[in-house]
Amino acid sequence: MIVRKRLTLAKHAEYAFLLFRTIIAPLLNFSESFSNQPHSTSFRIRKGAKYFSDCNLVALSNYDQNSKVKQMSNAIETSDLTRRFNGFVAVDKLNIAVEHQEVFGLLGPNGAGKTTTISMLCTILKPTSGTAKVNGFDIVKQATQVRKSIGIVFQDPSIDDRLTGRENLFMHANLYGVPQSEQKTRIDEVLKLVELEDRADSILRTYSGGMRRRLEIARGLIHYPKVLFLDEPTIGLDPQTREHIWTYIKELRKAHDITMVLTTHYMEEADRLSDRIAIMDYGKIVALDTSPKLKETLEGDVITVKTKDAERFASILEGKVATKKIRIVEGSIEITVQDGKALLPRIVETAAQNNIYVDSVALREPNLEDVFLHYTGHAIRAESGDELHGLSAIRRRAIK
Amino acid sequence: MTEIRGIYTLWLREVKRYLRDRTRIVSSFFQPLLWLVIFGSGMRISESISGLSYQQYIFPGIIGQTLLFTSMFMGISVIWDREFGFLKEILVAPISRFSIFLGKMFGDSTDAVIQGIIVFLLGTLLGVRLDIIMFLESLPVMLLITFGLVGIGLTVASFIESLESFGVIQSFINLPLFFLSGALFPVRGESVPSWLQIVSNFNPLTYGVDALRTIILGEAWQPLYPLYYDLLVVGGFAVIMILIGTLAFSRRR
Repeated sequence: MIVRKRLTLAKHAEYAFLLFRTIIAPLLNFSESFSNQPHSTSFRIRKGAKYFSDCNLVALSNYDQNSKVKQMSNAIETSDLTRRFNGFVAVDKLNIAVEHQEVFGLLGPNGAGKTTTISMLCTILKPTSGTAKVNGFDIVKQATQVRKSIGIVFQDPSIDDRLTGRENLFMHANLYGVPQSEQKTRIDEVLKLVELEDRADSILRTYSGGMRRRLEIARGLIHYPKVLFLDEPTIGLDPQTREHIWTYIKELRKAHDITMVLTTHYMEEADRLSDRIAIMDYGKIVALDTSPKLKETLEGDVITVKTKDAERFASILEGKVATKKIRIVEGSIEITVQDGKALLPRIVETAAQNNIYVDSVALREPNLEDVFLHYTGHAIRAESGDELHGLSAIRRRAIK
Repeated sequence: MTEIRGIYTLWLREVKRYLRDRTRIVSSFFQPLLWLVIFGSGMRISESISGLSYQQYIFPGIIGQTLLFTSMFMGISVIWDREFGFLKEILVAPISRFSIFLGKMFGDSTDAVIQGIIVFLLGTLLGVRLDIIMFLESLPVMLLITFGLVGIGLTVASFIESLESFGVIQSFINLPLFFLSGALFPVRGESVPSWLQIVSNFNPLTYGVDALRTIILGEAWQPLYPLYYDLLVVGGFAVIMILIGTLAFSRRR
């Protein structure tokens, strides 16, 4: 009996030691690492280009030969990437290639399959069939390597609101294996980029929606990802904050060796940020090009001339101006031309020469919205009737 | 090394969240106090069990109950994280599901043990003899008990979508484990119905409570099993739950 008691005492002593090492010692350690206040350098407003080029040097030197070879290939390549949910095809044989250091916009209505695509590329969802390579790694077979090479800003918030901003960033750095010696500097860097140095040590609950979003963008950058996914980065934010975040994204792409994939259903966002835009609907890419080229595929600018002599003026213009189409709509002349800005003065001149009084002239350049309607409109007609469209739209909304 | 850092990080997060939640800590006093003071006093009329007063007898049981309830409740953190999106951030991180599960389990276990310590201190206010050696001995045992229990909580929570249904299922698991563990009354002996004896054999908490009694009550308590046997069963159960939990966390849609 006595022997047993002694043995267990020794065991318990061992336990107690282990307990101390694993629990109490780290506790002391963490209080030290978290009590660090931001440096006084927060006075200097120094964001963007310069220090990010410093980061690049570190980041590049960290990558081995292997990834230098991979630089040659595309950042993302999908081959027949498909995802079904109970028979419903959310993403349908997607084949896209995203070039290195490109900002690739994925534009589509709600439920078009954008988030499903991103989720597969981020290895959250398994493709039903087909596969993709991100930074040269297969999303099915090499999920861990893919995860190490990407940063994600999710559509929905994904930060711990009971921790401070800095703690969230430290946690992320640890999860992604950022060397401890570099963590503090990198966190200060990204905090500076999104201008949150002053609030870094406040609990996240006290942050506004825009600040949280900025912190999430900062978090996505700590581990120097090769590919950054931004899933609806400005959804639900006020115009001012949206403008702010766009500025960060633009700055990033200017100064950082990074490829970005941006999903959005805001036309303006895709237009202003992306190098190339893919319009997605019903799980398929319906158009893919740069924004100006997409707009060119439409008929062109529309000049509207309001005059009482509409009929006469239209017939005069018919022979004089290189136009594609002239028609009279509600008493005004609508002229579709390739280059509206250059043609506008000629039209006014022609009116003056022929003694036609012009009430007003308006020029409208096609925006991405026109492009979008143009393509998705076709897609709807090509696939099925309106009835099914409504039904599948409801089904789509149910799937998350 | 990345994995260990990951586990540590997730552990740290759980502990910090817990320590910042003042209401949870303060309210954790309440339930054990009810059991010890009201239930313990009320049941004083029952015959003394192997020479111990009833309050002395149930004290280790109430610690076990606190560990059980807190551990199971911690499963809610999974649902919470999913609801608030944070789970995604963890799941896309380049660390294994095994490490994610371990990190969460260690964190939640630590929180549960802190609750256990609070009950321990409450007990001394109520006149239970506190011996520093005995206290230190019971700490690792408490931790070991919580591993398996937190494992149940996390596993169950990973299958459940809403907070409400987790609450219901939680009590389905909590109460049988609690009542069949010998925390409130003996589950061994001549007067105990044999079905109760048999069922309690399959309850990991029976061994946990027995181990706590062996340490806290000392010579006064006649152990059901040797301490090493209790710890082996509790530890074995923890290992099984870790494996099951990792599998549950590894499901990918």
